[in-house]
Amino acid sequence: MRGVARAAAGAVGAVLVLAACGGGGAGVGAKALTASWGDPQNPLEPSNTNEVQGGKVLDMIFRGLKRYNPKTAKAENMLAERIDTTDSRHFTITVRNGWRFSNGEPITARSFVDAWNYGASLRNNQKNAYFFGYIEGYGKVHPESGKQSADTLSGLRVTGPRTFTVTLDQKFSTFPDTLGYAAFAPLPRAFFTHHAAWLDKPVGNGPYTIESYTRGAQMTLRKWDGYPGPDKARNDGVTLVVYTDSNTAYTDVLAGNLDLVDDIPAGQLKNVRTDLAGRYINSPAGILQTLAFPFYDPKWNTGGARKVRTGLSMAINRKQITETIFRNTRTPATDWTSPVLGTAGGFKPGLCGRACDYDPAGARKLVQEGGGLPGGQVKITYNADTGSHRQWVDAVCNSINNALGNDRACVGNPVGTFADFRNQIGRHRMTGPFRAGWQMDYPLIQNFLQPLYYTDASSNDGKWSDKQFDHLVDRANAETDRPRAIGLFQQAEGVVRDNMAAIPLWYQNGSAGYSDRLHNVALNPFSVPVYDEIKVG
Amino acid sequence: MGRYVARRLLQMIPVFFGATLLIFVMVNVMGDPIAGLCGERACDTATAAQLRREFGLDKPLWQQYATYMGNVFTGDFGTAFNGQPVTQLMASAFPVTIRLTVVAILFEIVVGITLGVLTGLRRGRPVDTSVLVLTLVVISVPTFVTGLLLQLLFGVQWGWIRPSVSPAAAFGELIVPGLVLASVSLAYVTRLTRTSIAENRRSDYVRTAVAKGLPRRRVVVRHLLRNSLIPVVTFIGTDIGALMGGAIVTERIFNIHGVGYQLYQGILRQNTQTVVGFVTVLVLVFLVANLLVDLLYAVLDPRIRYA
Repeated sequence: MRGVARAAAGAVGAVLVLAACGGGGAGVGAKALTASWGDPQNPLEPSNTNEVQGGKVLDMIFRGLKRYNPKTAKAENMLAERIDTTDSRHFTITVRNGWRFSNGEPITARSFVDAWNYGASLRNNQKNAYFFGYIEGYGKVHPESGKQSADTLSGLRVTGPRTFTVTLDQKFSTFPDTLGYAAFAPLPRAFFTHHAAWLDKPVGNGPYTIESYTRGAQMTLRKWDGYPGPDKARNDGVTLVVYTDSNTAYTDVLAGNLDLVDDIPAGQLKNVRTDLAGRYINSPAGILQTLAFPFYDPKWNTGGARKVRTGLSMAINRKQITETIFRNTRTPATDWTSPVLGTAGGFKPGLCGRACDYDPAGARKLVQEGGGLPGGQVKITYNADTGSHRQWVDAVCNSINNALGNDRACVGNPVGTFADFRNQIGRHRMTGPFRAGWQMDYPLIQNFLQPLYYTDASSNDGKWSDKQFDHLVDRANAETDRPRAIGLFQQAEGVVRDNMAAIPLWYQNGSAGYSDRLHNVALNPFSVPVYDEIKVG
Repeated sequence: MGRYVARRLLQMIPVFFGATLLIFVMVNVMGDPIAGLCGERACDTATAAQLRREFGLDKPLWQQYATYMGNVFTGDFGTAFNGQPVTQLMASAFPVTIRLTVVAILFEIVVGITLGVLTGLRRGRPVDTSVLVLTLVVISVPTFVTGLLLQLLFGVQWGWIRPSVSPAAAFGELIVPGLVLASVSLAYVTRLTRTSIAENRRSDYVRTAVAKGLPRRRVVVRHLLRNSLIPVVTFIGTDIGALMGGAIVTERIFNIHGVGYQLYQGILRQNTQTVVGFVTVLVLVFLVANLLVDLLYAVLDPRIRYA
């Protein structure tokens, strides 16, 4: 029997050695890198991709009329030679000469107009269709109910091989700056003629081309040597590897099997600095976390409730929570935008004023003046499946309970899945504050305000409505002078503050870690790595 | 025998329908999956309505179920939200998980039974005691702890393996994950074999075999082990289904893109088609494995006969 034991031990040993041999890099070349990725939720079409993971790929294989500077977030002309307007409603766009898709097809005005019409059409089920909502004729292409009565947007017209005009149904002075968003990317003919094949292996016009794509597993991108743009890739390629768990990706970086992880799991934040010694990035992103309120519930829509909301805001010790729970990967918010906008772009630290300062006595006073908490208790609803929301919601509640001197004042109300959470919000089932996160689509102050607080706007989940706010936003959109427009938006933000339409909690940072093979790694304002600038070796 | 098999196969039908219906209802109770599709912002009503129509979510539940089952019998498991047919997901996920399960079962059989025989023959000796303590530790420590620990030690500290498994998921890469997946069952197999061996050691046929002067090896393997294996085989057989379904934790730790991964994604995104499709196949695997176990009884113990 001893023999058997020895044989078994030997087998296990051999097996482990074999396993060791099974390892090895999955790189595509010496100057290529591997990076963590998540499985995109939707098919990879520019106007159908609304989450970061799919967005990463689009950012690598597409370039649009504008591009947001990865450092300053400023919208800069890319394929656009000129975007002219005299009235903020009619725009004439000239596309630069000499650009091609990676399959050789030249990019013309039609590449854009066809793509936008495709994106707007209800028939194509595009989840980002509303981005074309400002363009004239959207209601016919994408009616709220019933069948669409037109195939193309009447506000889009090709006027030459490289020129087209856009007519909006209202004045929108910062419209050109929205055109850096991926939904506005141009599309080659192959997209329309061989749709399924295109989805299997998307073809774009960016610095990278897709070499292979195994859905749910990995995507290999190669530098496109024929790329005509100024931002050519500085590495040979990127292999995006799908990870279900950011912990595993992080472990893989530590073991040297992965070059770049762009989501440091919360549990690792305390050791990341020693683990990665200088190869850890923690930089601001255009993400703001807030607590929204159900204004469709009469209890929350009274004059007194306004004071209660402000009181709750003052009861939250933002500084302590961001330090202890988030280890300074978030910054206490003092306005409703994001530092990535820059002060010139509308970020105004301190706009929230005393309402965002931790002041237990003031909080107690305001809540009392406002008639106490509606129903005697606030329940903060959040989804418990992702994003470690439980920890901070519990901390916020703790802070509120301490400030109000009542340990039943606030409790968390977890919902099992994100889908169910969104479902309950959509059906207006919220009875108290709920988690609201806003990741900007484009770095404009308009994007932090209008979709969230304008009457019946697409992400106004709390159904807040205020005439003065709407009016100020309309005026800001009509204003052609940029600084004046931003001033008006900030006035509108003041209205949000005075009513405490949503409690701003903290600005979120993007975090990433990388292996010692990489240099020049940075995150852009959308907290996506700037892949094309990374140098390997 | 033939009639027995036929009867068992017929019994599978209600179990199959019951299980799928249950999963179908459960996923549906969780709410409207379309709501989560558009990220933090709500889908516009027209697109949401159209998506709902496309996935058949606007119909009453019984009708969805009927349509779904009808399609399943033609081999169409529907489409996942990312536009991929569920059958395609299965084709990529099942081979990986089957490989992982095979590795795990091999560990159970080779290591588990060997240790069981060893300890069963030496009850009370130091080997026995130490293996007993070891199995107790393995049983009481949750799989994710074992997994993360092995990953950290072998993958990061000593660099013997890659902490994560590549998309190809070759056998060699699945050995440590397979060991982790098997660990708890392995401990049970060891203990089951040990008890069974220890009991049968004192039975008449073993004494007879020894009295006949048969070599010790033959007594142990042909006489003692064969009879002692019946409960072990039952356990391992039923474990096949459990391992495939229960691989969620292990697959997540080692980033293996198998059934567990797809199920996890499906549940997170409330993708009825994915979840129901995968669970349906898992139910089938479970049923077939159980049937095979029952049939194996007759092979191991000829006294058992099925009319």
